[in-house]
Amino acid sequence: MATAERKERFAGVSDRPVKRFYGPDDIAGFEYDRDLGDPGEYPFTRGVHPTMYRGKLWTMRQFAGFGTAEETNARFRYLLEQGQTGLSTAFDMPTLLGYDSDHPYANGEVGKLGVAIDSLRDFEILFDSIPLDKVSTSMTINPPASIMLAMYLVVAEKQGVAWDQVSGTIQNDILKDYIAQKTYIYPPGPSMRLITDVMAFCARNVPRWNTISISGYHIREAGATAAQELAFTLADGMAYVEAGIRAGLDVDEFAPRLSFFFDVHNDFFEEIAKFRAARRIWARVMRERFGARNPRSWMLRTHAQTAGVSLTAQQPENNIVRVALQALAAVLGGTQSLHTNSYDEALALPSEEAVRIALRTQQIIAEESGVANVVDPLAGSYYVEYLTNKLEEEAWDYFGKIEALGGVVAAIEKGWFQQQIADSAYRFQRRVMNGDYKVVGVNAYVDPDEKPATNILKVNPEVQRRQIERVREVRATRDQKAAEAALAELRRASQTDENLMPYIIECVRSYCTVGEICGAWRELWGEYREESVY
Amino acid sequence: MEAASGRRIRVLVAKLGLDAHDRGAKVVARAYRDAGFEVIYTGLYQRPEAVAAAAIQEDVDVVAVSSLAGAHGVLIPQLIQLLREQGVDDVLILAGGIIPEDEVPALLEAGVSRVFGPGSDLEEIIEYTRENVKR
Repeated sequence: MATAERKERFAGVSDRPVKRFYGPDDIAGFEYDRDLGDPGEYPFTRGVHPTMYRGKLWTMRQFAGFGTAEETNARFRYLLEQGQTGLSTAFDMPTLLGYDSDHPYANGEVGKLGVAIDSLRDFEILFDSIPLDKVSTSMTINPPASIMLAMYLVVAEKQGVAWDQVSGTIQNDILKDYIAQKTYIYPPGPSMRLITDVMAFCARNVPRWNTISISGYHIREAGATAAQELAFTLADGMAYVEAGIRAGLDVDEFAPRLSFFFDVHNDFFEEIAKFRAARRIWARVMRERFGARNPRSWMLRTHAQTAGVSLTAQQPENNIVRVALQALAAVLGGTQSLHTNSYDEALALPSEEAVRIALRTQQIIAEESGVANVVDPLAGSYYVEYLTNKLEEEAWDYFGKIEALGGVVAAIEKGWFQQQIADSAYRFQRRVMNGDYKVVGVNAYVDPDEKPATNILKVNPEVQRRQIERVREVRATRDQKAAEAALAELRRASQTDENLMPYIIECVRSYCTVGEICGAWRELWGEYREESVY
Repeated sequence: MEAASGRRIRVLVAKLGLDAHDRGAKVVARAYRDAGFEVIYTGLYQRPEAVAAAAIQEDVDVVAVSSLAGAHGVLIPQLIQLLREQGVDDVLILAGGIIPEDEVPALLEAGVSRVFGPGSDLEEIIEYTRENVKR
């Protein structure tokens, strides 16, 4: 009998060796009730809801934003007309870093990577004709997250929607910014304070708001393996829970509103196992370590996005297939919401046509494939259960290392996460270079006659000029005294331990700009600088 | 890896402006280092003035700019202009990242020698640098 195999060693994108097949010995000691439980039951390995997609499909939430608020509002409305069920906002770099569009540092970057937001005026346009009591909105922003939430609440108020009726998510996850995404502004102390202020304010005033989206996405995209993504993200989550408890909150008061955000990469079974392991670890940590009593505090609810880093600029149509496989893994992993990348994203921001195909991919999985008819169909597979256990074990090894370094913030300050991620990114790139990992169209099945892609989205170069005009007009026409008074009050409160949310809301209401608010904090708190490691 | 002057080729890997995407820049920096180049990485959030000053102070042979946030058309020409104003015109300027094909000619016109897009082979980047370094 032939036993020769195609290669000596088989391994997926995370480079963990894979055996020929898996059997009962690989999951020795497996106990259904302890390790899985039925869907909707502790430890939620099989999913957080008893009915999962039979009850409600996942939220199809495409991340969108470019140019000015008008252009992004049009894209939002287009997506809702196409059957999308939630919104997700991408901001441009100046907004993410707290600079107004007329700041010299914003030159060339306004509206490029997302929508430019300077003041409440932009938010009024962004959500024009979008009913905030019916649509939930996610906003991918971190140091200025509290300001965006404040703007959203004021817009809701103007639409006549009560704060306890609005729902959505702000990313507000500064730890992964220090680790990977790098859109930090302030040092860890005041950054964590902004986050716990939002947690406390929402627990009392905006009960349906997800106050942090604890994100593995950027950690993975920066180069981490699946196990590193899982471990670093959950370690961040535990650090937020500790911070909330230290700030005097009861764990069950804020933990049910913590949500997660994971990447879905190429290695199909590893990704499914990652979601299952994440739920099981979180449930146990919340119940056993933090003593949470509310089952909602034990549940890891998550958004997922297909892996941008896996998309190729070469033969971009192939990305449609990559995205479909990744999206299927996210669904089999039991995600609560999903963004599917557009096939042209290695080239530019997505065109309308590319976004439509990405959304249709989710709709085909939901309506045609049959996978939404049954919950966690891969449970009991020797390989999937082995991988789920293995990822959990690898995550606990990392938790031990992080603990030994003095916790998440200390490990960040030592550059440990950053080095781990840079090492993994480089190792992967070497595998691509030496052909150990094949990327179709890049180091295998290359098309030598490939023509450069056309029909990619171009951000109108007029955007920067128009946006600068608008922010200047806002500053010139607002009640200047009220704006200055609100900002002075925010400055004063920022030097006490009062909750800052009410002051931020007053600033926003008086049309103080993002740059003014973030600038005031820059003066008070200083800026974080990292020691680069590679 | 030696330049014509007999010393190792010095490369400044740079991130300009507010672009936070540093995976590619770090991978390229490390590949240069492993190939025997002397590498200086600027870290994130550098103004063109600071990158020009670092290039001059460190006396580098190559400046490799990574751009994934769309500001390349403004910031890279500014950097080259600043270098020229200070009498530096023999540094090899490379760009990499997400730079649409139709925006490449303007960068070449401005003084970039070559643009490496997503999926570029590290060996090819190193080989190109070795062969085209100007001093």
